[in-house]
Amino acid sequence: MRRWLPTPLISLSLLGLWLMLNQTLHPAHLLLGAVIAIAIPLLVAPLRPTPVRVSRPLTVIRLTISSLIEILRSCFNVCTLILFRSRGLNTQFIRIPLDLRDPHGLAVLACIINSTPGTVWVEIIPGTNDLALHVFDLHDANWWVNMIKTKLEQPLIEIFEQEKA
Amino acid sequence: MSGFLSLPMAELSIWLALPIALLLVIGGLITFIGALGLLRLPNFYQRIHGPAVFITVGTGCFLIASMLYFSGTLERPVVHELLITAFVLLTAPVVSMMIMRAAVYRDLRARRKASDDQTDAYQFPEDE
Repeated sequence: MRRWLPTPLISLSLLGLWLMLNQTLHPAHLLLGAVIAIAIPLLVAPLRPTPVRVSRPLTVIRLTISSLIEILRSCFNVCTLILFRSRGLNTQFIRIPLDLRDPHGLAVLACIINSTPGTVWVEIIPGTNDLALHVFDLHDANWWVNMIKTKLEQPLIEIFEQEKA
Repeated sequence: MSGFLSLPMAELSIWLALPIALLLVIGGLITFIGALGLLRLPNFYQRIHGPAVFITVGTGCFLIASMLYFSGTLERPVVHELLITAFVLLTAPVVSMMIMRAAVYRDLRARRKASDDQTDAYQFPEDE
C-alpha cells in the first residue's frame, strides 16, 4: 500500500482530475485514471523535496469557508474603493511576523492572501520570518496582523505542522 | 457545430435562468470595476489590486453560471468548471506575487543608487 500509494491525497485528486476532464464515470476511464493516479506520483517523487502531511479535514473546511467569505467581503470593499475614492488611498507595505514555517503551509497562505482582493504577498523578508504584505487601503496595521495570524495562519499551523499545534 | 451552439435557450426554466443571469451580470460588473481600477488608479502598487478583484470573484461568478447553465440544458451535473477554478486559484496568485516582487526589486535597486542607506521593508510610491 505504502509502496504503490505513497501520497494517497495526490493520487485521489489526480483520479478526480482525470474523471472531471473526461466528464464520465465509465469503468474504462476509472481504470485509466487509476493507472495515472498511481504512476504519476511515483514518477515525480524525486522532484518533491519534502513530503506533505495534511491533517484535520475539519479545519481545512473551516479555513476554506472563512477565506471564501473573506474574499467576497474584500472584493466588495475594493470595488467600492475603486469606484468612489480612487484618490487618496492609503496604500502601504506592512510587516507581519509569521510563526508558520512549513513551506507548503506558506504556499497555501500565499495563495489565499493573493486571491483575496486588496492584499498582495510580496515576500518573506530575507534573513527574517517576517512577511512583507502590500495592502490596498490600510486603516490599521494591527488589525491586518491579527486577522492574518488568527484567521489564516493558526488553521494552517494546525493543518500542516501537527507537532507544533 | 451541433453541440452547445444549437441548444435552444427557451428550455431553461425561469428559476434557473434567473440566477444564471444574475451571476453573469454581477460577474460582468465586477470585471468592469476591476478593469476600471487598472485604468484609473494612480500608481503601479495600487493598480495591481484592480485585476485581483475579477481574477477570483468575477471568474467565480462566470464559472458558477456556466455550471448552472450546462447542468440545466444537458440535464446532468456538469462540474468540470471546478477544474478551471482550481487552476485559476493555483496560478493567478503566483503571477501577481511575481509581478509584485519584480516591481519591489526594481524600486529597491533604483533607491539604492540614489542613496546608500539600508532600505527597510519598503515604503515607496511618491513618484507615479
